[in-house]
Amino acid sequence: MSEATASANGAGANGRSGFPSLTLVPKTDEKQTMKDFKSDQEVRWCPGCGDYAILAAVQGFLPELGLRKENIVFVSGIGCSSRFPYYMNTYGMHSIHGRAPAIATGLASSRQDLSVWVVTGDGDALSIGGNHLIHALRRNVNLKILLFNNRIYGLTKGQYSPTSESGKITKSTPLGSLDHPFNPISVAIGAEATFVARTIDSDRKHLTSVLREAAAHPGTALVEIYQNCNIFNDGAFDQLKDPDTRDDVTIRLEHGQPITFGKDGQFGVIRGASGSLDVAEVAKVGTDALVVHDAHAENPELAFALSRLGDLTSNFHTPIGVFRNVERPVYDTLMAEQLATDTANRGAGDLASLISGNDTWTIA
Amino acid sequence: MTKQVKQIDRVVIRFAGDSGDGMQLTGDRFTSETASFGNDLSTLPNFPAEIRAPAGTLPGVSSFQLHFADHDILTPGDAPTVLVAMNPAALKANIRDLPRGAEIIVNTDEFSKRAMAKVGYATNPLEDGSLDAYNIHAVPLTTLTVDALAEFDISKKDAERAKNMFALGLLSWLYHRPTESTIAFLKKKFAKLPVIAEANVAAFKAGWNFGETTEGFAVSYEVAPAKLPAGTYRNITGNLALSYGLVAAGQRAELPVYLGSYPITPASDILHELAKHKNFNVRTFQAEDEIAGIGAALGAAFGGALGVTTTSGPGVALKSEAIGLAVSLELPLLIVDVQRGGPSTGLPTKTEQSDLLQAMFGRNGEAPVPIVAPRTAGDCFDAAIEAARIALKYRTPVFLLSDGYLANGSEPWRIPNVDELPDLRVEFATEPNHETEDGTKVFWPYKRDPETLARPWAVPGTPGLEHRIGGIEKADGTGAINYEPANHDFMVRTRQAKVDGIAKDIPALEVDDPTGDAKVLVVGWGSTYGPIAAGVRRVRSQGGKVAQAHFRHLNPFPANTEEVLKKYDKVIVPEMNLGQLAMLLRARYLVDAISYNQVRGLPFKAEELAHVIQGVIEDV
Ligand SMILES: Cc1ncc(C[n+]2csc(CCOP(=O)(O)OP(=O)(O)O)c2C)c(N)n1
Ligand code: SF4
Ligand SMILES: [Mg+2]
Repeated sequence: MSEATASANGAGANGRSGFPSLTLVPKTDEKQTMKDFKSDQEVRWCPGCGDYAILAAVQGFLPELGLRKENIVFVSGIGCSSRFPYYMNTYGMHSIHGRAPAIATGLASSRQDLSVWVVTGDGDALSIGGNHLIHALRRNVNLKILLFNNRIYGLTKGQYSPTSESGKITKSTPLGSLDHPFNPISVAIGAEATFVARTIDSDRKHLTSVLREAAAHPGTALVEIYQNCNIFNDGAFDQLKDPDTRDDVTIRLEHGQPITFGKDGQFGVIRGASGSLDVAEVAKVGTDALVVHDAHAENPELAFALSRLGDLTSNFHTPIGVFRNVERPVYDTLMAEQLATDTANRGAGDLASLISGNDTWTIA
Repeated sequence: MTKQVKQIDRVVIRFAGDSGDGMQLTGDRFTSETASFGNDLSTLPNFPAEIRAPAGTLPGVSSFQLHFADHDILTPGDAPTVLVAMNPAALKANIRDLPRGAEIIVNTDEFSKRAMAKVGYATNPLEDGSLDAYNIHAVPLTTLTVDALAEFDISKKDAERAKNMFALGLLSWLYHRPTESTIAFLKKKFAKLPVIAEANVAAFKAGWNFGETTEGFAVSYEVAPAKLPAGTYRNITGNLALSYGLVAAGQRAELPVYLGSYPITPASDILHELAKHKNFNVRTFQAEDEIAGIGAALGAAFGGALGVTTTSGPGVALKSEAIGLAVSLELPLLIVDVQRGGPSTGLPTKTEQSDLLQAMFGRNGEAPVPIVAPRTAGDCFDAAIEAARIALKYRTPVFLLSDGYLANGSEPWRIPNVDELPDLRVEFATEPNHETEDGTKVFWPYKRDPETLARPWAVPGTPGLEHRIGGIEKADGTGAINYEPANHDFMVRTRQAKVDGIAKDIPALEVDDPTGDAKVLVVGWGSTYGPIAAGVRRVRSQGGKVAQAHFRHLNPFPANTEEVLKKYDKVIVPEMNLGQLAMLLRARYLVDAISYNQVRGLPFKAEELAHVIQGVIEDV
């Protein structure tokens, strides 16, 4: 399917959609193209910024959902990445630093007919907004969170972030950062996330496939997108992009498949002696020893172990793809159900009888 | 034995005991009996922040004061005329508030040497003559209760715990209170433990019978029902009235209500209450912190709900940035601040009015927010509706400043006719509202209503009105990001003008000046209404001339405020802070307002205010 001419979603306007998370969102009969999702605002990221590619990928992907675009909302925090909503011809809110998951939670949990997306940065989501992120994840609100990780504070001109490697020299750390970094995938899995994935700005096809799975997921989906900030942290993910190295350092996860990587699939992931994951040559260990990826496993152990494989400094053995994708009741649905059940049990509330209570007296 | 019955016009009772003695429950029950009897009443619960402070200590004392009368009253009473003291700590902590001649009912069972020593009584105050100025009723409440419950199959501890019901029975006899509601209440409360229910009812009745038979109480009292305006009444606390006001606002606006909140004393009960009313299309979201609470409420408001967040002062501090965002987004939002003693954690369970300036100015940038403050517990209902009206009509966050005294205190409330409540319906934008030069119809999210200066509320799901809003300064009209100097200057002034313009849409400041020639005016705001009005009454009853005005709207002030203030030679501003309203009035109107301030965690006493007013009158 070409990105520009996607048809209305999956099984069409009335049938069961291929996106179970979006069954309550009105569908369009009109054919949408990427252009429909471009706003009239001039895009103001630095030339060469990875954000452009992500924007294009998202705009290119949305027609595939076949939703009425007035029922799509992008909510962001603050940062370069958080300018994203201005460039989308949907409803949008550019909010305050770190708080987008909270704001989006209020919107999504009161409007099940909306497809709500959060755009956030590594500082926005993991530093100032860390609290909101983990709680959105554990609640499983129907939100798709796109975390643009450039391992730097872009908008404030280049301080280290919670995902910067320790020792990093930045304006605020002339002698090197003392902080140990977060691994966003590990954080999300630890926060009881039901959907956790990683992808890269430069790999449009992979990015789109991850967006597709995230969009289909009922509940909170966290998508970490490695994004190049060519001004303040250029080349942070080069090993994953350079045609000479990328195949040997990137581990592409596919549910149900033995985990192999390398130009010729010559490497694989196995269980080490202590039960932790290791990387080995397939020829040496045999294909039977390979770990088969199971994103649907209830137990997050494998997903977590995979998240620990990548070296956050060298980018060696970085898994990308969907780490975890499990079903759990969705917060918005539960909230709506409580309202419906209460109304069914007691009838729609009667204000006069509520405020009167049952202990009154009358003065003539 | 027939006992003497005396008619009296009012009583102030204080129940005091350990935090674990059930004094709040006892007070609530007595209040309920008194309300259904038809007296006017006002209550003042006072309890420690700790759930179970160490037993028998002064900090662990919990009390509940109730003033009831055969006429309309304004305060819970300056000083109790009757104290029920369940232990030495309760006696010691409260005795200094009692006027000479007051009645004290003490539970003698708790006056062991150790218990007395714990609070610094070297000798037994019941015997050493130190209480000679009072009427002491020494009653072994615990023993009497345990004896009365001898035939129940319950532990001694459970029997002892029923002593508060024995005390309640005794007081109910003493003041001729109806008993049915308490008996029904106990049966319901302990429905799952029928033996405990029966035991409590038995203790309650035993207390009543004890009053009737003992020689210790020769007289009982009758306080006739009050002649309040005609209507159907109930008793209500401020937090409950405020909760109902929020539900009512949603109903009258025909909008879903979305409460995002994080628990904090003394506001949590609003969250608890609203959580019960899902069948009114009310969603409650207990967030991970105050910021998320307001964030979620604001997100829901973007989606077309009546967004509400409830908190106390420390929570407002956390919400400041999000309130600024709401100012910039120009979306309706209610911020309920049930004020308590500050700064920082301060006095969690005590009242104060010290968040006025925080509500007024506690944000970065020029970020005006309308402020509404209820004056009594029942008024919290109307004030909530008024705050919602302003928020919805002007598309703005609005502060509703209640406080701990209003939140937990109660009074009889005339139940309004719901059909007479204001119509709060709003119109969402459905169509483009602007035509560009080339004739294209577009939607401009910041094109304002020329009358109110409110911007259109276009909710997601509305085709053709897709738009982006945010906290960055936006161009007048289009709402696109804009950093131009002239535009920012214009937008800052326009947001201010919108809030200032609300002055045209709120009632004038009313002045109560019965003789019309008073030279002194007392002005207040919020919960000090009762004590100020009571103080004013006292002054007038002694021939003093004083006018009173009370602010419900603190931002903007009513249009006639300056005119009112300038009519009087002296303006007194009593506040439970260090002069926050006075500062605003001085700054705005150049009036030489005289501040009278207390921050003791307690409401003013009418007598002290009368004294202050009298002093100023004599000075003029
Ligand atoms: C309350 C608050 N504190 C600080 C800032 C300044 N600030 C803006 S963006 C930002 C960091 C953004 O980093 P990140 O989230 O990684 O986004 P990026 O710019 O890299 O996309 C900071 C510290 C702010 N806007 N608000
Ligand atoms: S500073 Fe970095 S992240 Fe921000 S727009 Fe420029 S390149 Fe992109
Ligand atoms: Mg960043």
